[in-house]
Amino acid sequence: MTGTGSKALSPQRKRRRRSVWRGLVYIAPAMALVLLFFVMPVIFTGWMSLHNWPLMGGTHFIGFKNYVRMFHDARFMSALKFTAYYTVIVTIAIFAVAFPLAIFVEKQRRFVGAYRTIIFLPVVVGLATASLLWVWLANVDSGFIGPALKALGLLDKSPNLLARFDSAFLTIIIMVVWKIAGFTMIILLTGLQAIPAELTEAARIDGAGRWQRFRHLTLPLMRKTIALALIISVTGSILAFDQFYIMTSGGPQNRMISVVYYIFNQSFVSFNLGYGAALSIALLAILVAISIIQLWLLRVVEERL
Amino acid sequence: MTSSNTNLSKQRRTRRAFRANNAYHAAGIAICLFFLAPFVITFLASFRHGTEARLPPMPPWPTNGISIDSYLSLDTFGAGIWQHTVNSLFVSVATVVLTVAVSLLAGYGFSRYRFPLKNVLFVLIIATLMIPFQSILTPLFIILAKLGLNNSLLGLTLVYVTLQLPFSVFMMRNAFDAVPKEIEEAARIDGARDLKLLVRVLLPLVLPGVATVAIFAFLNAWNEFLAALILLSSNEKYTLPVLMMAVRAGRLGAVNWGAVQAGVAVMTIPCLIVFLLLQRYYMRGLMAGAVK
Repeated sequence: MTGTGSKALSPQRKRRRRSVWRGLVYIAPAMALVLLFFVMPVIFTGWMSLHNWPLMGGTHFIGFKNYVRMFHDARFMSALKFTAYYTVIVTIAIFAVAFPLAIFVEKQRRFVGAYRTIIFLPVVVGLATASLLWVWLANVDSGFIGPALKALGLLDKSPNLLARFDSAFLTIIIMVVWKIAGFTMIILLTGLQAIPAELTEAARIDGAGRWQRFRHLTLPLMRKTIALALIISVTGSILAFDQFYIMTSGGPQNRMISVVYYIFNQSFVSFNLGYGAALSIALLAILVAISIIQLWLLRVVEERL
Repeated sequence: MTSSNTNLSKQRRTRRAFRANNAYHAAGIAICLFFLAPFVITFLASFRHGTEARLPPMPPWPTNGISIDSYLSLDTFGAGIWQHTVNSLFVSVATVVLTVAVSLLAGYGFSRYRFPLKNVLFVLIIATLMIPFQSILTPLFIILAKLGLNNSLLGLTLVYVTLQLPFSVFMMRNAFDAVPKEIEEAARIDGARDLKLLVRVLLPLVLPGVATVAIFAFLNAWNEFLAALILLSSNEKYTLPVLMMAVRAGRLGAVNWGAVQAGVAVMTIPCLIVFLLLQRYYMRGLMAGAVK
């Protein structure tokens, strides 16, 4: 490097180095919080998962025994199965409601703003609050749904909705759709509105019917938005806990124990903290795998567009 | 002749449009009923007399005059409803302030500066979103205890802020990305630098993003209950959702559904008010986030 060259470079390089430090200072508070309250607990969870770790008394290292136990734990396997089942059903239900709603509120016309707002209202209420509200609505004696059905003469007796698996599952699905559909609707709406009106117009002039336009124009152009809505719905559903804990306490016959619920039971009810940590790590692995697959799909979609 | 013909077809067309319009709004009202009814029924039911709560549930609204019996009975749980509301408010407002401050800085840093491992660090923050906080609650409890922040509303707030960061940093980075670099350069030439530049010049431009971050932080902190249940151990520190678990569990095997309705109303109304006041910012910010 010649003398003149380094002289010419040096102020630029100095500025760049200063900008590097400044950038790191700006992100420092966020990084500190994430390291302290996220990265460390995750590593700690991994460490705990290799131990027999009761609430009281000494802990001792047992290697991968917790993981071996996990693969032979029939209740954990059924929790996995139930969570997968719930995730698939509730995601389909949310999309089946949210997509038509998004199309319904897409065009700017009278009262559309009010419709959007009202559909969105349950989203801003907590899942715990919503579960509490619906557990009252679904109560057999003092609630609303059962007594209303009886008062309308549709049923002879107020049904105990939360006592049977099928009706309890259906009640929870309806509650979650009521709570979440507005959110998914708004996300899908952004995708719908990002489609240029000229494109739809051109397709209409070319004689494409409503369904054809939806299938060959709207859906392909919305892939990215749909993928985003899917990520949120699937990861949220895999982590479902509040609704089963509050509405059915995991019943009937403990058939509504989701994965997070089972981990909660192991860690905070039975106080098998080590085993709970191993289950947590397994859950993390599942979620990270799903997220990576989804992000990869998203990137493939982006490249295509 | 021709003119009357076109008139007729025009009339027919307007009539058809009118009918389609009516069908549209009928559907709209039906949909709104489904989404509103649970709130309305609960609010109405929460104003029934204490004796009515034990009577047959139909109709769900007060038939014997309005009463606040349910709210009074709610006050008999825990350390009183006022104390728990203040706890919830403290945690929520502190979460909002800290989340906005931290994510504003981080979003600016990630949007405007180049530094080593930038993408790795950004992904690390976003990755928090993939990790269920339920699974790291035990280590969190131990770490907070080491810091002397166990059973403290501040400790809970810091956990909430961390949980908000992936969404908030992502939002703020996108908000800053959308601001043209020329504005910043012009402000720099005018002598604005660093924090002054950020607060005076850029903050007004990313305000929709800030509003979104703030409203999400408020709602999530106000509504969260599992972390609060595990991290707060003494009764008088409980936030509202934790208190409500005691109400839901009932006393001596009997659940006071009036208190449940009143509690749902107390927890719901602030959310609805905050959302309705900030809705414009909220939706705009949410859509900007979704489009990115």
